[in-house]
Amino acid sequence: MKGSQVSIDGVSKSFGDFQVLKNVNIEIKKGEFFSLLGPSGCGKTTLLRIIAGFEDPSDGDILLDDASILSLPSNKRHVNTVFQSYALFPHLSVFENVAFPLRLKKLDRRAINARVEDYLQLVKLDDQKTKLPAQLSGGQKQRVAIARALINEPSVLLLDEPLSALDAKLRQHMLLELDAIHDKIGITFLYVTHDQEEAISVSDRLAVMNDGEVLQVGSPSEIYETPADIFVATFIGENNFFSGTIVSVDQSSAVIETKECGRIHAFMDKHVTTGDRVTLAVRPEKLRITKDRPEKCDSGLNCVGGVVDEIIYTGFLSKYFVSVRSGVVLRVFKQHVNYFTEESSIAFGDKIHVWWDVGDGFIVEANAS
Amino acid sequence: MRKNYGPAYAMPVALWISVFFVVPISIIFLYSFLEKGLYGGVVWNFSLDAYRALSNSTFLKVALITIVLSIAATIITLLLALPTAYFIARSAYKNFLLFLVIIPFWTNFLIRIYAWIAILGNNGFLNNFLISTGITHTYTQFLYNPFAVVIVLVYTYLPFALLPLYSTIEKFDFSLIEAARDLGATKSQSIFRVLLPNIKTGITTAILFTFIPAFGQYAVPQLVGGRNSFMLGNIIARELTITRNWPLSSSISMVLTLITTIGVLLFLRLNRSAGMNIKNEKKK
Repeated sequence: MKGSQVSIDGVSKSFGDFQVLKNVNIEIKKGEFFSLLGPSGCGKTTLLRIIAGFEDPSDGDILLDDASILSLPSNKRHVNTVFQSYALFPHLSVFENVAFPLRLKKLDRRAINARVEDYLQLVKLDDQKTKLPAQLSGGQKQRVAIARALINEPSVLLLDEPLSALDAKLRQHMLLELDAIHDKIGITFLYVTHDQEEAISVSDRLAVMNDGEVLQVGSPSEIYETPADIFVATFIGENNFFSGTIVSVDQSSAVIETKECGRIHAFMDKHVTTGDRVTLAVRPEKLRITKDRPEKCDSGLNCVGGVVDEIIYTGFLSKYFVSVRSGVVLRVFKQHVNYFTEESSIAFGDKIHVWWDVGDGFIVEANAS
Repeated sequence: MRKNYGPAYAMPVALWISVFFVVPISIIFLYSFLEKGLYGGVVWNFSLDAYRALSNSTFLKVALITIVLSIAATIITLLLALPTAYFIARSAYKNFLLFLVIIPFWTNFLIRIYAWIAILGNNGFLNNFLISTGITHTYTQFLYNPFAVVIVLVYTYLPFALLPLYSTIEKFDFSLIEAARDLGATKSQSIFRVLLPNIKTGITTAILFTFIPAFGQYAVPQLVGGRNSFMLGNIIARELTITRNWPLSSSISMVLTLITTIGVLLFLRLNRSAGMNIKNEKKK
């Protein structure tokens, strides 16, 4: 497509009989922070390696700025990679690692020194330049790898699970820094990760992949609020699922007869007709939990009665597991606002009401009858 | 506190080396400063005759030939072993290929040299093949010259160079090559700037394992070499068994040991200082 920086155009890839990528189509805009999100083995890293030039697709094409790059070897492609294992050259110092691409270009000494200094400053490593990679911490190695990949000023920076080897705190920190670097230099980032939180928090847009297929492309909120199918809904965040049959529809909403909770009202996010089998997803944080039954239960709200099965206190929120019928447990997340509120007094075994706004349920799957 | 028995564990090797290495070489060292006996053996008088004899031009010529042939064999061995070791390390059948490398050791070394005579001889496989296919019309003299010596030396030491190279290349992280290519390196740049510096220890070991034994070779030049390709080992044997000049063969042995030691130390030193230079440059 014209105007995209990277076009992944019908790319398929097989290793022997195993099809890793199945007709993948993605358009990435210039300057975007774009993520490929999926469980391990979904083909996201293979796709990245095809763009970098380490693998050839079995079918399809990759365009960079509207020109195919498939015939170019990886050293001629205007993309650079930050590897999962960093792949720093162990025999070279931090400075020489970052200078490596420039030395290949045989730039003059002064130009090299100035540019390496700039990029080391960008990743805040200007005081570590004489060290060898073995003397660096994980986070520092990561920074070297980023500086080294950026110094060639590529059109697109490919990041292959760059934070997966770091501990949780450091990962958060590096993520923010990556975002800051992206804002500063403004080139396109293509970020591969299996961590939905990472992908959602920094991406402008993301593609969710599974089994070699792209299931959904969209902004983080689109993907979170309107997941394309059950896999996307399960993979990103948590969910309560209700499956049932449509018993009636009007202009914008439908009534679903579910075996979990009886009749439930929902907006028609997908086109459905009476008799269709559907699955409805409701995020746990959209559910409310009260001791008293709310008044508007029949207009605009769905209400279910239940018994508190378990409460897990996690600091900033409490997770309530509410048994509404034998074998059916709803998850309700309640963020703490005040320490003593009506909700926080809910205890194990209490009879309570769970309710949510009709608009907060989302039909993730519909099969015509 | 726990007692450290480390030195005790090393005793057997220490004993072995003293008895079978230090003592013999001391005897050779001693003999090289004695007078030769009439029918072999030594007369217990201090003398520098054995060392004076070394200034003779034939000896110097042999020493030079020995150095040139060993260096040539080492370079060719390394050039053959590097790509082969790379291939084996990257192959899906590495265990089988390594097994093939080791198979020749099942046969006696001398018999394998005779096999080369059967291949390279005037009525050997190679000549018969060349003549029967019409590439040549008369016999070509392959044997009894420096080339034959180098060919068989390379054949002999190839496995000794292959194994250490294989073990370092096998441990090499090949994503570094991808990283180099990604950063703009051509295939050969990624080999010279990333692969070779990272397998330096393997290359050093391969060079030492080839050069040191090749330098002291006796059997190969004796069997496939001619007059102009005798090496120091052959002279030592001749002085010991035919001329029966024990002090002279001892002094040549001492020189051989000395040249090897100095050569190896120099090589290791160069190797290390090259590494140091890189580090110093980075500090600037």
